[in-house]
Amino acid sequence: MDVPATESDADSAAANGPLKVLIADDSDSDRLILKTLLTRLGHHVLDAANGHEAVALFHSEQPDIVLLDALMPAMDGMEAAREIKRCAGERMVPLIFITSLSAAEDLARCLEAGGDGFLSKPYNRVMIEAKINAFNRMRLMHQTLSEQRDLMHERNRQLLEEQHMARRVFDNVAHTGCLDAPNIRYHASPLSIFSGDVLFASPRPAGGMLVFAGDFTGHGLPAAMGAMPLAETFYGMARKGFDGADIIREINQKLVHILPKNMFCCGVMVEADFELSQLKVWNGGLPDGWLVGSSAALFRLPSRHLPLGILNAGQFNAEMETIRTCPGDRLLLMTDGVLECSNESGELFGERGVRLAVEGLDTTGRHPFDALMSGIQRFTGSQKFGDDLTLCCVEMDYQEGFAALPAGAVPSILAGPAEWTCMYEVREHSLGEFNPLPLLLHICMEVPGLRRKSGEIYTLLSELYNNALEHGVLELPSEWKYTPEGFGRYYSERALRLSRVSDHYIRFSFHHEPMQWGGRLRVICEDSGQGFDFQNHPVLQSTEMEQIGPRYAGRGLMLLKQLAESIRFHEQGNRVEINYDWYF
Amino acid sequence: MPIHTRRGHDGKTLIIRIEGRFDFSTHQAFRDAYEHGGTGIHSYVVDLSEATYLDSSALGMLLLLRDYAGGDNATIAIENCNSDVRKILTISNFEQLFTIR
Repeated sequence: MDVPATESDADSAAANGPLKVLIADDSDSDRLILKTLLTRLGHHVLDAANGHEAVALFHSEQPDIVLLDALMPAMDGMEAAREIKRCAGERMVPLIFITSLSAAEDLARCLEAGGDGFLSKPYNRVMIEAKINAFNRMRLMHQTLSEQRDLMHERNRQLLEEQHMARRVFDNVAHTGCLDAPNIRYHASPLSIFSGDVLFASPRPAGGMLVFAGDFTGHGLPAAMGAMPLAETFYGMARKGFDGADIIREINQKLVHILPKNMFCCGVMVEADFELSQLKVWNGGLPDGWLVGSSAALFRLPSRHLPLGILNAGQFNAEMETIRTCPGDRLLLMTDGVLECSNESGELFGERGVRLAVEGLDTTGRHPFDALMSGIQRFTGSQKFGDDLTLCCVEMDYQEGFAALPAGAVPSILAGPAEWTCMYEVREHSLGEFNPLPLLLHICMEVPGLRRKSGEIYTLLSELYNNALEHGVLELPSEWKYTPEGFGRYYSERALRLSRVSDHYIRFSFHHEPMQWGGRLRVICEDSGQGFDFQNHPVLQSTEMEQIGPRYAGRGLMLLKQLAESIRFHEQGNRVEINYDWYF
Repeated sequence: MPIHTRRGHDGKTLIIRIEGRFDFSTHQAFRDAYEHGGTGIHSYVVDLSEATYLDSSALGMLLLLRDYAGGDNATIAIENCNSDVRKILTISNFEQLFTIR
């Protein structure tokens, strides 16, 4: 890179490197004097007798400095000056008028024509040398600035190109989910190529979905660097059937490890269960989420936790709030870019703006996402957003129900273990702290024929496990969940009893064997609870689905019955055996 | 955004007062304030009575101060926040890490 020219550099440049000077004067004697003088100073001189010649020489010789007589025949100095400046374009070629004119108007016209300065006749050697050196300094400075500017443009272009390329890699990791599901609508306007905001959505093996919205400190590349492992963790764990709390805990731990102390990620994790009509939400540092009810009023989901990447594992609280929903309810999530939108007078959109946009929507039937987006657009007008802005709306209504996970590459349904047995028992306090389902699912997925059925297998396992845990071990009455008050009580009591659980176990026994048609998986789930009266349970007695009484009763059992070949209860109801068949 | 520091009456508390916007441009000055606060400091007070605004990079700086002052053992109070600043601290649940009054 060139070093910016200093005064001494420029002078020595004039001294060391001769300049190419173009002079134009119609007086032969004046021209000769000037030429001799400049040549003695060490410059290379081109001379012209009128404006036309001067312009032609300028074109062909590209001089560094031009000295022009103001008054010349054929084409005068003013016109020549205009032509030369036009031709020079961005290049700075100092243009000095040599003139005997002294009226202010005349001199002003010279400058307007593009002149940079004057030398008055008769010539003064000292003045000429000083002027030329001064203008050369300017010329060199301009040249240096132009080169640096071009260099900066080029570097910036390269940087942007690299970022666009990195962005494609990033997108491949971050957009493997189901953000395009029919029940999700979102808007993301990043401030630069890489947004500090992230938005992920993944179907869960057992149905339902997980959504994560996050906002890293800062934006651009550093934020994206943190977003990569976050995306990997989210999608990897979601696919394996981990629940929101496990994933948020893992993400936090990962971010604590990799982010510098002053960087963190505000985030919301949402676990939507469409079958059970419930939402679980963890909000750490993002603005309130809003549940816009199809019937009831607004429900706020405020931030109750520190952002991710601050607290170590021992202090971190991944507990999610459970909220009962109705089909058609819509959950709005946003990053603080939404609240920080400003209008022309500098006012912020704020929580008030959000509230105004979504209040009373249930009567109009308007989609809250549209209402909020147009609210923001109306408010900001032509103002540009000053921050990354992400808005996402999840509707509690998903026809696909059990969203089958993308099968991925299944090499062969014959390879892998076909005949195996395995027992896994969760005991004591681990029942309250550990979710064995992803692990159990993982074992089953080793059988390629079962891998295609990951959704069904997960559902079977989770129904068995949750039944054993909630009703068997914790003795929670499922009737509680049928009323809104009871629903809240159910989940707070569940958390309470989980924290105190001891002297209990849940034992899974698996047996898989190949069959002519494919294979059979037998799962026995036992728990140390009291059991239940399965002889008289309505779901187990009925053969027809319609005979089921209350809407929510025995939903889990019904699922098991539908998915499995057979289901049998043993002992006092705390030992369930199911057979699950799969076909080539 | 000038930053002023002084010792509290007990001589063991460093009071850091921030005026105007508390954002990334304050980074170096804020760091200098606590790193050059002198010896024998047992606790810190961040006085935001003159602070008009606080953004996420300021939250990050507060975390840096906390780390410098001993992490979980740090004693740091954030004082006199206006309602906007208070709101941001609340959303981020920083009261779990700092005494906010």
